[in-house]
Amino acid sequence: MSAAFELTIRARRGWQAFDLKEVIVYWELLAFLVWRDIKIRYRQTILGGLWAILQPFITMLIFSYVFNRLAHVQSDGPPYQLFAFAGIAPWTFFSTSVTQSSNSLLAQHHLVSKVYFPRMFIPLGAIGALLVDLALSLGLFAGMLVYYHWPLTLAVFWLPVFIVAAFLSAAGAGLILSAVNVSFRDVKYVVPFLVQMGIFVTPVIYPVRYVPARWHLLVGLNPMSGVVLGFRHALLGSPASWGLISISLATSLVLFVFGLLVFRRMEIRFADVI
Amino acid sequence: MKPILEIRNISKQYKLETHRGPKTDNLRELLQRGFNSIVRGTKPTQASGANTFWALKNVSFEVNQGDVIGVIGRNGAGKSTLLKILSRITSPTEGEVKVRGRLATLLEVGTGFHPELTGRENIFLNGAILGMRKREIVRHFDEIVDFAEIEKFLDTPVKHYSSGMYVRLAFAVAAHLNPEVLIVDEVLAVGDLAFQKKCLGKMGEVSRGGRTVLFVSHNMAAVENLCSRAIVLSSGALHFDGSTKDAIQYYLNSLSTQSGAGSVVDLVKVGERRSKAGSLLKRLELLTDADQPINQGIPIGGRLKIKVHFELPRLTDTIHVGVGFNNIYGQRIFTAHTYFEPDLSHKQCVGPQVYSCDIPSFTLAPGEYYLKVWLDVKSIPTDSIEDAARILVLESDFYGTGKIPWNGTCVMKHRWQLDELAGEPVYALQKQVGSEG
Repeated sequence: MSAAFELTIRARRGWQAFDLKEVIVYWELLAFLVWRDIKIRYRQTILGGLWAILQPFITMLIFSYVFNRLAHVQSDGPPYQLFAFAGIAPWTFFSTSVTQSSNSLLAQHHLVSKVYFPRMFIPLGAIGALLVDLALSLGLFAGMLVYYHWPLTLAVFWLPVFIVAAFLSAAGAGLILSAVNVSFRDVKYVVPFLVQMGIFVTPVIYPVRYVPARWHLLVGLNPMSGVVLGFRHALLGSPASWGLISISLATSLVLFVFGLLVFRRMEIRFADVI
Repeated sequence: MKPILEIRNISKQYKLETHRGPKTDNLRELLQRGFNSIVRGTKPTQASGANTFWALKNVSFEVNQGDVIGVIGRNGAGKSTLLKILSRITSPTEGEVKVRGRLATLLEVGTGFHPELTGRENIFLNGAILGMRKREIVRHFDEIVDFAEIEKFLDTPVKHYSSGMYVRLAFAVAAHLNPEVLIVDEVLAVGDLAFQKKCLGKMGEVSRGGRTVLFVSHNMAAVENLCSRAIVLSSGALHFDGSTKDAIQYYLNSLSTQSGAGSVVDLVKVGERRSKAGSLLKRLELLTDADQPINQGIPIGGRLKIKVHFELPRLTDTIHVGVGFNNIYGQRIFTAHTYFEPDLSHKQCVGPQVYSCDIPSFTLAPGEYYLKVWLDVKSIPTDSIEDAARILVLESDFYGTGKIPWNGTCVMKHRWQLDELAGEPVYALQKQVGSEG
């Protein structure tokens, strides 16, 4: 028996981002939860994992027709299809992540009320599993690059940074919304609206130069702006507006830390309220 | 050596939520309160005393390594809250607990099982959720499969399992947890008898192996069998801590004294009430044939009339009243509910009301039974009282044969007769005889 092990259970007060020791102890469980979500997501579907890429692909086709063909939105260089997909891929990851993670605690209330482990693994696990979908759509994107004869540049090495930023943004929003959802079911109505409006507020279908320069700071405060612009820079070699991107990356980091704090603060009452 | 668990002055307060909408579930109200407090410069109001209750109050005890402790008490006594605090599912309002060892909780079998995953996959998932490392699960994998007796269905999604298989697999995973402290709640209430025995055996093995076990159950036989020490909780407080035998005796005695005795029970005073709208249930009358009050008890198969008096503060319709009979172990034996009564009109009413129930033949076996009474308004549980009254069923000549029935939980009128052997078997017998001759 480990005499050194001693744990004190008492009412937790104040703000705390996370308990590193606990995260290390339970690390494997997070992996299991991600693995479970991947396993069950496409069970009993005919198309299976194809759904992961079908959705952004069809969105891209429709957007290309409506915004490029009909509304003459420009892409500033690369074919509009590539331009749109480079934005839709991270956006789909973000919107699906927020939708699924915000509902995750309620959907798995039995885990919250019957067993203990770091609760943040529930929303984070849902998002982790969606990284696989993102990887699949990046695979499709590689195929599209070949089809359109558009070469990759060295900028592609920036991609991991922006994938991390996409994860942080989704996790920040997901942590806050899932925690609030336990007490206030209003979240159920907020999320679809947020996701629907978000795609227009974020420069997914139009280049950021369409937005007047005086609004750029505001665009930067949207954490997904930096991710979308960054994806375009990394995947298509589009010129990057680093000022805007760095503001946006900072925002996603702040959002993530804020999400952790809010979640940890609210999780104390989860089992009593859910 | 320091105790493995030290529970010091643990209290847990819950906010009562009314059906108008729990205080916290209304974002608008919360924002308004927050806004008001900012404007007025006062602190947001804490939940007032009237809207809160203490599920646990100043509970302290110590558990040494290797102790196997039973936790007993009626529904609502605070057992589950205590276990949830020890397993860190919820945090105490006051006090603290020191845990000196790896602790695992089993509040429910099969927590986190996913119906779409196979048995094999669920072993890993459930193991991880209960706190096992992957290599531990791999090491115990074959034992788990053996214990659960599901080899053939290992790669079938568990949604196709029978409930028995499901429970066996779930318990098998849990039984192979290797914690220093194991907390078990009522999990043995499921599964068939043979498997229950196996689980009890496994738990006995665990405790003999020097592990510390906290076992919560209504099954007094299981508690007596497994535990060397037991604590009794009542209304959130620790009432008894000592040998299992004494604890069970204490518990059974407290049941008898706390429940109303006699034939007219003032429901405002007895039992444990859970109410959303104040004390609506007022009085309970227990009568025998010819409306005589019950004094000593009723004979097996005797007539029992129950009158439930309650009061409705405002015009209400669709009211249902139920009376449940629990045995001394807290298991429900029989429920009489107005829901099953086709001839009852549910017109609107207000003020004092009486529902009466007539049971022509009360056929439970001799023993003590505890009545739970409850009132539902529009299918919403509105007022309920656990252990509102006690009924004694007395040994009597139910069958009219001068013999007293024994054994079992109920009696039924039945007939036995010896059937004349006819047809095939007799013919076969004759043939056999014939062939011999």
